[in-house]
Parts: sequence; structure tokens; C-alpha cells
Amino acid sequence: MGASVPVCSTFGLTPVTPASPSFSTAPRSTQGMKPSVFWRLADDIPKPMSTALMVLSIAVPFGLWWLVASLDLVNDKFLPSPIQVAQALGRLWTDGFLLGDTAASIMRVTVGFGLAALVSVPIGIAMGAFASVRSLLEPISGVVRYMPAPAFIPLLVIYLGLGEAPKIALIFIGTVFFNILMVMDAVKFVPKALLETTYTLGGQRRQALFQVIAPYVVPNIIDTFRINIATSWNLVVVAELVAAENGLGKRIVLAQKFFNTDEIFACLLILGVIGFALDLSLRGLMKATCKWAVD
Amino acid sequence: MGGGLGSPSVCRADLGLVGSAHYCVPAYPSTLLPIHPPTHPPTYPSTPLPWTNTMHLEINRLSKQFDTRQGPVLALDDINMHVETGEFVCAVGASGSGKSTLLRLVAGLDMPTAGEITVDGQVVMGPGSDRGMIFQSYTLYPWMTVQKNVEFGLKLQGVGSKERREMASYYLEVVGLTKFSRSLPKQLSGGMKQRVAIARTLASRPKIMLMDEPFGALDVQTKETMQQFMLDLWNRTGVSILMITHDVDEAVFLSQRIYVLTAHPGTIQQEVFVDLPRDRTYTIRRDRAFQDTREGIMDLLRGKTAPALVG
Repeated sequence: MGASVPVCSTFGLTPVTPASPSFSTAPRSTQGMKPSVFWRLADDIPKPMSTALMVLSIAVPFGLWWLVASLDLVNDKFLPSPIQVAQALGRLWTDGFLLGDTAASIMRVTVGFGLAALVSVPIGIAMGAFASVRSLLEPISGVVRYMPAPAFIPLLVIYLGLGEAPKIALIFIGTVFFNILMVMDAVKFVPKALLETTYTLGGQRRQALFQVIAPYVVPNIIDTFRINIATSWNLVVVAELVAAENGLGKRIVLAQKFFNTDEIFACLLILGVIGFALDLSLRGLMKATCKWAVD
Repeated sequence: MGGGLGSPSVCRADLGLVGSAHYCVPAYPSTLLPIHPPTHPPTYPSTPLPWTNTMHLEINRLSKQFDTRQGPVLALDDINMHVETGEFVCAVGASGSGKSTLLRLVAGLDMPTAGEITVDGQVVMGPGSDRGMIFQSYTLYPWMTVQKNVEFGLKLQGVGSKERREMASYYLEVVGLTKFSRSLPKQLSGGMKQRVAIARTLASRPKIMLMDEPFGALDVQTKETMQQFMLDLWNRTGVSILMITHDVDEAVFLSQRIYVLTAHPGTIQQEVFVDLPRDRTYTIRRDRAFQDTREGIMDLLRGKTAPALVG
């Protein structure tokens, strides 16, 4: 094209011919990447495959346990069979321990984590929204967050005795700072343009805070709770292992004293199932209340 | 391309492509609404259309300097502009001409370093609903339905829920999205989202609508549809509009007056009057006057003098 020269000069460029690099002349494959279902990155797999894998995820470990136990490779005092564990569960149920202990543990988590949630949401939002509040509170929460909560137990026992208070306080201390910092981060991701739009629609700062920032971070708050409630479920057992009248942790300590491994297994199973149920219900809450944030 | 731009035959071929296939009329109910300022009050709720208030926006010796780590950067230098009641004015410039900064200053989202902006004689000190803003990124509230989004400005201003609903329904009708009032923003296409944002701004009845590259993120076909929609909307409502864009073609197609900005720092190079009728369709792009204006502005942006505009 003869036109290319004047075009270049229009933009003040002089045409250059770079020294051409030497390319390999070896024949290149046109096959590209091989198709895969199982190893697809960041993509869905067919529903039946997903269901099958999910069933395997539970069935394989359970089957292995059942196999090892039934082959009598290990003394059943150390590794009870699934049937023995089921019997232990039944025993705990009929004795009334199962219900009482579970209720006690759940109550502690509810009160401790509930308080942490009540405190962390306003503080987290304030820290995310106002750089001033953030400068004031971020350093201290950043430091305290890294103090392992169980290390507070001796102090809590000295201050609060052996009742419910120290256990609830432990859960509170162990989760409130994580909650605060995660809520704060969520607020920082609210698009600035959304706030500016609010101002140009005649909104005041207060309205932007309560009617734009707050609803925007609700899904992140639910997610934060879902992640951190697992911590509180850990901490309640830790607290009960140390000192308690009842609770699933206490039941495990008692079972150890009498060498009832089947009861320990039963309690572990219950702990896992309840934790998983908590997770699922918070996911359900998210789906029900935040359709806009869920696919 | 550089050599061929001036030649009419090339332009006609280009424009033939644009005009031939993809154009479609937006789905707003033009039969339900007055196209021109009505001689009788519309039968719709209250009387939101057309704009009757007068407005005068004036930008006086405006400068904006940003302090960066590399030292102060002058983004805008000695800008003088004005927009009158019912005008559609565009500011065009390359990136670096500070055109976004200019609009943010008018919106009150930033404060000028020197000079002042007045609306009806009052100095702009911060954002307010008298200067409604449309962002390129749509900025719909994702948790609100389309209806709630359009109502939100009125809600912020303390308008009662019944009136809010009526106004929102009215402006959703204006932008042709009544059917989608219960949808969430994520269910809409880019063009539809921007129409919701426009309805939301109109519902607050601003004195002037500020538009920051509103169609920059849209594909070519949607963009053309939206430009036609915007032009018709402006004709029907008579709302004053100050829009910034880097798209010269868009500026000529839409506006009555264009400020051409240079970059680093942003200054006004020239004010261009677009001598075309108010009612325009895509076919006007084939007109000599349209092409001359567009090429003239392109030349200004290239750093040449533009005989078509000077003479």
C-alpha cells in the first residue's frame, strides 16, 4: 500500500524495519489442549458426576472405617465399628445426655457468637466507612486478633469463675476481631461510584451509610458469619474440655476417663453434623435474603 | 485510514455500513408520550414532563490541580463554559483532557483549585440532586429492583411512597422498561441498565443532567440505539444535558454545541456550534454538514486548524 507512508508521516513516525528474530521452523501441532471434564478449570461439571463425587466423598471414608473395624485389625476398644458408635449414640440419647449436652454447647455458641456479631457489625462498618475510625481501631484489633483465644482461658476462669460466663467470653473474644476486620474489608469494596451516585441523587452521608453501604455488605456479613461460626464451634469444645458441667466437650472428657472411645466417636460425629448444618443454614439464609448476590 | 478520512466516498461507504443493518428503534412507547412539549398537560401522574424550569450553568475561569507523588499536575486550566436551559452540550477530548474531572467538579464531587461553577447564580459547593449524574458504569444498586432503583432518588429526598411509585412508573415508561420493573439490575443488558440510570436521574427532576461517557461501555449497535434514544428523550423532555465523551461522532450527532478540549492540561480549544436540526436520525451522518463538523473537530483534536469550523 502506497498510502501507508503518508499515514506514518502524519503521526510523525518514521517507518522502521526491525531485524527479524529467528523463529523455530519445526512443525506445530494444531491439536491444542485436550478436552477434559474432570480437570476443567473454573468450570462446572455435569450434575450426575457432581452428585456421584459428593456421595463418594462421604461413602469412601465411612467404608474404609467400617472395613478396618470389621477386619479386626485394630482392637475395637481403640477403633469402634460404626455399629458400636451407633449404639453409643442411642445410649447417649436414651440417657438424655445427647440432647442436654448438644443444647448446652449450642446455647454457648449462640450467645457468644451472637454478642460478637452484634458488636462487630457496627464497628466493622464504621471502620470500613470512616478512615478515621479505621486508624483508631485497626491496629489494636489487628494485634489482639493474633492472640490465641484459648490462651485467655486461665484469665477468664480467674475473672469469671467456672460458669457459663467464661465460655461465652472465650467465644466472644475468639470471633469478634475476625468478624470486625472481615466486615471492614467488605465495606472497603463498596464501589465509590455507588456512593457518588447517591450524593448526586440528593442523598446525605448518613443515608449513604445506612441505605447504600449497609445493604451492600449484607451478603459479605452473612459469609463472614458462616466462616467464623466454625471458630466458635471449635472454641466451645475447647472451653468444655477445660472445665464444664455439661456440653459435648465435657462428654468427650468423661468418655475418655472411662475409655469409651465409641462415645467419643459419637460426639465427634454430632459435632461435625451440627457444624455442617450451621454452614448449610447460613448458605440457605444467604440464598433466601440476598438473591441479587447469588447466581 | 489517515489519508482517506477527508474523502466523501470513503465516508459514505462507512456510513452505509452503519445505517444498513443493525439499527433498531428502542422499545419505548413513543405513542403514549408527547414527542414535543405538549400543548395540554399529559394524562400521566402529576406532570413530570416536560422540564419547565429555567437553568443557567456557568463555569468561570475554572482550574483543577491534583497533588501527586510526582508533584502537582494541572488537570484543567482556565475553563470557561456555559449551558443554557434545554441545551444539549458535549465536551469532547482525548484521555488526559480532564473531561471527567470537569464533570465531577460540576457535579460537586470534587472541588476546584481556582475559579467557580454556578447554577442559577449559586456557587456549586457539593453534590446535589439539581445536577443529576450518569456514570459510564451504570451504578445501579444491585440489591434493588429496577423500580426501587428509580424510586431511590425520590426516597432520599423524602418523597412519599405513593408519589414515588407513580413517578418511577412514569419514568420507566419513558425509557421503555415498564416490563422490567421487578427485575434485578443483573438481569438487564448494558443498554437497559443505562436506561434505568437515566430514568432514576430524570425522576429526581434535575436542573441539568451530567453524563460521563454514558455509552462508552456499550457495543456499537447498542450505542447507536442509545444515542437515538437519548436524542428523542431530550427532545421530549427538554432537559438540559452536559455530556462528556471522546467519541466525536457521538458528540456531533447528539449536541447543539461542542466544547473541544485539549490535553495536558485540559483547556478549551474551541467552541463549535452544530448547525443541524433538533430532530436527527442516523441518516444525518450522511449529510455534508454532519461530516464537515465531525472532520473539523477531528482535525482540531489532531492538532490541526479546522478550516470548516473557523470559516
